[in-house]
Amino acid sequence: MNTPPCDGSLWSLTAQGGDLARRHLHGLDASVALDELAGGSSLDRPVGDLAGKSVLIATTDQLTAALAAIELDGIARRVVLCPPDLSPDHLPHVRTTAGIDAVVSDGRMPSDVVCSATIMPGSPVRLPRRETEWVLLTSGTTGAPKLVVHTLSSLVGAIKPNSFTAAAGSVWSTFYDIRRYGGLQVFLRAALGGGSLVLSSAKEPVADFLARVGRHGVSHISGTPSHWRRALMSPAAGLMAPKYVRLSGEIADQAILDDLRAFYRDASVAHAFASTEAGVGFTVDDGMAGFPASLVGQGAEVEMKIADGSLRIRSSRTASRYLGDVGPLRDADGFVDNGDELELRDGRYYFVGRRGGIINVGGLKVHPEEVEAVINRHPAVRMSLVKARKNPFTGAVVVAEVVARQEPSDALQGEIIAACRGTLAPHKVPAAIRFVPVLTVGGPGKLARAAQ
Amino acid sequence: MSIKADILDEFEQVAREQGKKLTPLGDDTMLLESGLDSLCFAVVVARLEDRLGVDPFQTAEDDHFPVTIGDFVKLYEHAAV
Repeated sequence: MNTPPCDGSLWSLTAQGGDLARRHLHGLDASVALDELAGGSSLDRPVGDLAGKSVLIATTDQLTAALAAIELDGIARRVVLCPPDLSPDHLPHVRTTAGIDAVVSDGRMPSDVVCSATIMPGSPVRLPRRETEWVLLTSGTTGAPKLVVHTLSSLVGAIKPNSFTAAAGSVWSTFYDIRRYGGLQVFLRAALGGGSLVLSSAKEPVADFLARVGRHGVSHISGTPSHWRRALMSPAAGLMAPKYVRLSGEIADQAILDDLRAFYRDASVAHAFASTEAGVGFTVDDGMAGFPASLVGQGAEVEMKIADGSLRIRSSRTASRYLGDVGPLRDADGFVDNGDELELRDGRYYFVGRRGGIINVGGLKVHPEEVEAVINRHPAVRMSLVKARKNPFTGAVVVAEVVARQEPSDALQGEIIAACRGTLAPHKVPAAIRFVPVLTVGGPGKLARAAQ
Repeated sequence: MSIKADILDEFEQVAREQGKKLTPLGDDTMLLESGLDSLCFAVVVARLEDRLGVDPFQTAEDDHFPVTIGDFVKLYEHAAV
């Protein structure tokens, strides 16, 4: 691959960031300097063979996926990023729905093209740039994933040149997998912003990842609130010293924002509202949970409205459509409804939970997340999961599993219930609290909530 | 503690938490007249499941709902056997 004039492709935008020899993509087992890519390829066949094709990138490793994505944008007609935890049962559905012509893999599955982190020198490819569709898979807990169509311009719409969050020389990292929307945003920020990137690995313990992030001098790092709670439980959390800490993908409650600010004193802490379908809505950097009500309606780039209690977003950053016959992604006016419900308090909107996750206690609604936010505020609580338990008197009651920072006790249990009672309506107060050593954080970095 | 004592203990605990005034509880006291509301009973059942390891309402073969405190206690005693 050569260094082309800027034609809007990911490679040309990456090259524009300059200093390719000093910028790296760091995987767990290998690192690639971006200038290697200027004079070679990660693929075992000429990339021109994939011109105009619909290509599934299905690698084990995030590094090989990143390399293939850089090479294929602007050349393939469509690039489908296969997340690491896609069930083999769903693979045929994905292949058919996306009309896959070729598979690029690193040994994860049989493929037409092999990609590896060892860059083979090759002659520069000069092909006219075409607009490549980027397809991301949603991570629904049940059923087949949905295939969400973006373009490079919708994906990078929130990335501003020369802003603090895209400073040249930055070293980015993320707890996310870059084949998920949240991780892809970080990959693209590093690429467009003249930075390097440290990739996570599913087979690496959290403490080792944190240590590696520290060794590479990561300056900007993102993850879900669940990722961050888990990181702060590790003694290795102190091995990194980021300047910018970002949360997205789940509700960022005040407790985790405060914890991160207290722990990473030199970092600015921001939380973003983003989803695969809605794109990046907005970023909040005032250190407070929720977002100012003044954001709603306004905005040159992102238009927001609240309808039936949930947030709707219209912007050039939203996905355009789903592949396959699964209904529209946007409503008739072009708004995306993510099912995130909001509550207005004192001029600020707070996310209270997802429409699908409501627990019904004797006919009264409870969002698990609003109860978790109260529990997490207790200084002895690291994280919590609120769920429904079947009940003969009210249909269901709210119960909580809690990871404590200290030795759990009956007294602590009583304190947590008292704290809930002080803030929440009686039907929202957990009927029972169970202390657990750990809560499951699923592949997409979100708390694993059982389907009800 | 006997099962009955565990149950009465939870009644008192939940009444205290929810700010309810319990009537003196005898075997013949009607649940509806005990001073607790549905949410209180729901909480009592959830707590007893954690404390005794059973929820007799999920396993009961007949669907006679307990009417008195005595019925309620018996339901748990049978489930625990």
